[in-house]
Amino acid sequence: MSLVEVTDLTVEFGSLRAVDGLSFRLARGEALALVGESGSGKSTVAGALLGLHRGTGARVGGSVRVAGTDVRQASDEELRRLRGAEAAMVFQDPLSSLDPYYAIGDQIAEVHRVHTRVSRRAARARAVEVLDRVGIPDAVRRSRSRPHEFSGGMRQRALIAMALACEPDLLIADEPTTALDVTVQAQILDLLHTLREETGMGLLLVTHDVGVAAESVDEVLVMRHGRAVEHGPVGTVLASPGQAYTRELLDAVPRVDAPRAAARASEDVVLEATGLHREFGRGKSAFRAVDDVSLTVHRGETLGVVGESGSGKTTLGRMLVGLLEPTAGGIRYAGRPHTGVDPAVQMVFQDPVSSLNPRRSVGESIADPLRARGERDERRIRGRVSELLERVGLEAAHYDRYPHEFSGGQRQRVGIARALAAEPRVIVLDEPVSALDVTTQAQVVALLGELQRELGLALVFIAHDLAVVRQVSDRVAVMRRGRIVESGPVDEVYDAPREPYTKQLLAAVPALDPQLAARRRAARRELAAA
Amino acid sequence: MSGFGGFVLRRTVGALVTLLAISVIIYVVFYVTPGNVAQISCGPRCSPAQVHQVAQQLHLDDPLYQRYWHFLEGLFAGQDYSTGTSVAHCPAPCLGLSYQSDRQVTDIILTKLPVSLSLVSGAMVIWLVLGVGTGVLSAWRRGRFTERALTAVTLAGTATPVFVIGLVLMIVVCGELRLLPFPQYVKFTDDPEQWAWNLLLPWLSLALIEAAAFARLTRAAMLETLAEDHVRTFRAYGVSERSVVGRHALRGALAPVIALNANNFGGAVGGAVLTETLFGLPGIGQELVHAVKVVDLPVVVGMVLVIGFFVVIANAVADVLYAVADRRVVLA
Repeated sequence: MSLVEVTDLTVEFGSLRAVDGLSFRLARGEALALVGESGSGKSTVAGALLGLHRGTGARVGGSVRVAGTDVRQASDEELRRLRGAEAAMVFQDPLSSLDPYYAIGDQIAEVHRVHTRVSRRAARARAVEVLDRVGIPDAVRRSRSRPHEFSGGMRQRALIAMALACEPDLLIADEPTTALDVTVQAQILDLLHTLREETGMGLLLVTHDVGVAAESVDEVLVMRHGRAVEHGPVGTVLASPGQAYTRELLDAVPRVDAPRAAARASEDVVLEATGLHREFGRGKSAFRAVDDVSLTVHRGETLGVVGESGSGKTTLGRMLVGLLEPTAGGIRYAGRPHTGVDPAVQMVFQDPVSSLNPRRSVGESIADPLRARGERDERRIRGRVSELLERVGLEAAHYDRYPHEFSGGQRQRVGIARALAAEPRVIVLDEPVSALDVTTQAQVVALLGELQRELGLALVFIAHDLAVVRQVSDRVAVMRRGRIVESGPVDEVYDAPREPYTKQLLAAVPALDPQLAARRRAARRELAAA
Repeated sequence: MSGFGGFVLRRTVGALVTLLAISVIIYVVFYVTPGNVAQISCGPRCSPAQVHQVAQQLHLDDPLYQRYWHFLEGLFAGQDYSTGTSVAHCPAPCLGLSYQSDRQVTDIILTKLPVSLSLVSGAMVIWLVLGVGTGVLSAWRRGRFTERALTAVTLAGTATPVFVIGLVLMIVVCGELRLLPFPQYVKFTDDPEQWAWNLLLPWLSLALIEAAAFARLTRAAMLETLAEDHVRTFRAYGVSERSVVGRHALRGALAPVIALNANNFGGAVGGAVLTETLFGLPGIGQELVHAVKVVDLPVVVGMVLVIGFFVVIANAVADVLYAVADRRVVLA
């Protein structure tokens, strides 16, 4: 009997059909990835396996059997026995998925005691044991910490430890690495792989990242609009996809090993930063976010700035546009010193939802830079905004719509239009595509390239995603702890990295080829053992 | 724990500074008013000689900062007053003399304070249990009949004045059913049982209205925490609903409840005038109203200071409780 048997599953929220006639099986010890873009229903399926939709008003049809339990028919009591003991879920965003008020060890012990008749003390010991197993150093002491005292990677490990506490047969991991840096992501994926080898449990991985799937599973099920598009062994599906949508999805994934099309060299320096420093806080608690960074940006080129969280890349970007004063060092724009905000240097922000005012129409938001420059003629403003909207692939009629009426990709286009309104020479883009699905991401990246060619814009592209940065940049700077550790033409840095840190970063990027992924995993293991 | 100890220390110093600032403001507001302060303090029936004596006792000829200094000195070290024929001593927390009743303000307050504290602390227990309980229940039973019924009751509760509830309770419980005698204040130290029985109705009438506010606040906070990801985590691990709601969701929802409770407790010590009057409890609120009516300035100043003291202390305690509940507060 299979560990998981899903037959003709449908889940409806009101009139929205999130999952539509999905069937699949998963045997003990096997690993299956549900891959899809946002809204494809993949997380809904994961929730349905544990009956998490019970009592929420969602209508569930079809049959779901997990470890012999019919999830739809089971009593509340049976369902509670299934949850955690037979099938455990590892959630996304480990900060909010743990209770902020209790020590991590206590939370794991609580879950353990729900399913096992043991003393408080024994449960606590089990919590320390599993924390140690997932690689939390000094587990006895750290088990008394609260979630905010852990780093993102450690919190994710703690959630995996919680899942392990009752030795489940099935691990359901919902985007377990989405919030993490690449090097940490590689560690977590390796950990999941090792645990699976050791315990023989089944793994259902939910992810939007094809690379993460290629690293971790045997089979992959591609979902779109709640339906299965393609299902098969991971090597086959990724190497020779049978469906058009799968191909489209794979084509959109930026490759870290794809060379960049010929870089356009220009000697014209538009933006130059020398010896930039930025500190936050004072005295003992002072923190140096950016530490002696110098860079130049030429006309018409893209400078990629890549680094993990906390490397200072956002602080650097904000200083380049003048939103933040450097503690020391200077910025020159077109040869003259540049202080404060200048219309010629614009910024596009990461989160297109929160960087647009929800109470104002997008047209008004785009018109802001025009009005700031003193334009008062409403007809001219409207004309120019309509032009900009069309320029970024939206419609002039969208002027009066509000941000919530747009998709993530469209909102990011609005953000770009707003930056363009000031007729800048340089645009600093801070993680402009990291909140977007891969297909949307590819469209926005293409739009940026097009705008750059037509308008001769210089772009500073800040991102944590090494593959995207390679795809768009002519030159790249790798940041770590506030410093640029390596910089140069993009192909040189990616193909022949000099710094160990750059090598480490590149080695952590998930490969799309499962065999390559396995080889690299082995290499990482050796590296860790050495 | 050094971080926690430091936090408590900082918060205590903050409370002291606030109290000092309050005393300055109150002193200035009441003693630097236009008109003859000595005449006002002494009351309308004072002779010019008496007014002169009061002016001397209040050091009205000295510059303002010296007068305030005397006032502070009285608070911390006590003061001697010459009454013309003899010298009366007013010990350490000396808030001055009530010239109209010829009593020391501290004594007046000390006789009234136990009554007010009895009323408010008992009522607080009831409003917390009732309010938080109702709030948790209605958040948990969201959308069902229980919730709608509770929402209606709490809305009615917030809309009903205390004298209506109090009167109805008295008429029904004491008058019709004769379950309790009409309330009459008995000192706790004299007879704890009678103390509680007599205070039961005042407690209920004060608490029922406050409980409604707590229920609404708790419900809103609970709905928020119940929707949080970590609550989903524990549900997905088969943790019982009782534990999810009682342990994980409630703890997150307590912060605003603690804050509201601090304010309401502090405020009710001096502000439960209606309840005190209705049940004939000789508490701070009643005395304050009386003192205001007859313009007994030293009493008003003393009372306002004491009420301010309770509000500040209640809030400081609330902040520390906050930090105990959520250690991240210490870092902020």
